[in-house]
Amino acid sequence: MIKVQKQKINISEQNKKLLMKKIGAAVNFIGIARPTNNSGKIKYIEIEHYPKMTETKIKEIEIFATKKWKLDKCIIIHRYGKIKPGENIVYVGTATQHRNNAFKACEFIIDYLKVKAPFWKIEKQNNKKIYVKSIKKDENKIKINY
Amino acid sequence: MKIIYFSWLKEILGTSSENTKLPSNIKNIENLIKWLSAKSIKHKKVFLKSKNIRCAINHQIVNKNSKIKNKDEIAFFPPFTGG
Repeated sequence: MIKVQKQKINISEQNKKLLMKKIGAAVNFIGIARPTNNSGKIKYIEIEHYPKMTETKIKEIEIFATKKWKLDKCIIIHRYGKIKPGENIVYVGTATQHRNNAFKACEFIIDYLKVKAPFWKIEKQNNKKIYVKSIKKDENKIKINY
Repeated sequence: MKIIYFSWLKEILGTSSENTKLPSNIKNIENLIKWLSAKSIKHKKVFLKSKNIRCAINHQIVNKNSKIKNKDEIAFFPPFTGG
């Protein structure tokens, strides 16, 4: 299941969905907006996305991960819009028969979302806004590992 | 052709999209960037950083040699920063 939404993600609701199947292992990852960056306190972040493309790219990765790691359940939810520090940004849940596949799939999906899904972050501080730059290390990780 | 801009490109240009009719000599993304750069100072400023700009044709990531047509939707944006 994939979703791109403005509102906060209800984590316990998603965990419940993840655990519904008869599975052996479930892993989740929750990305949270940080309160600070290198230059100080963050008031909020703003996430922009490319609506028609975002769902397609996330769907691709859901299909790929489900097949590669034999997932029984895969949930990917990413938020956009204004997000305050401490609020969730992204939820990835993977459930399968064995923990190894659940961990690997979850890590892969979040790595992929960072560099291959059309989202852009802006960090708003008191008197400035910072366009977050992509991290080369993250881009290389996807190239090397997958 | 519809051209869409995201993130800091949108801010510099002061618009998120524009509709334009391509001259017949504009065949690929590289031609399009050169042509757009000559359109205004703001466009020039954006595409000066073209090494840091990615592109999609009809929602598919492409490289700068990719062919374009008048009915395509083209998007320009910086590298993604999701997650």
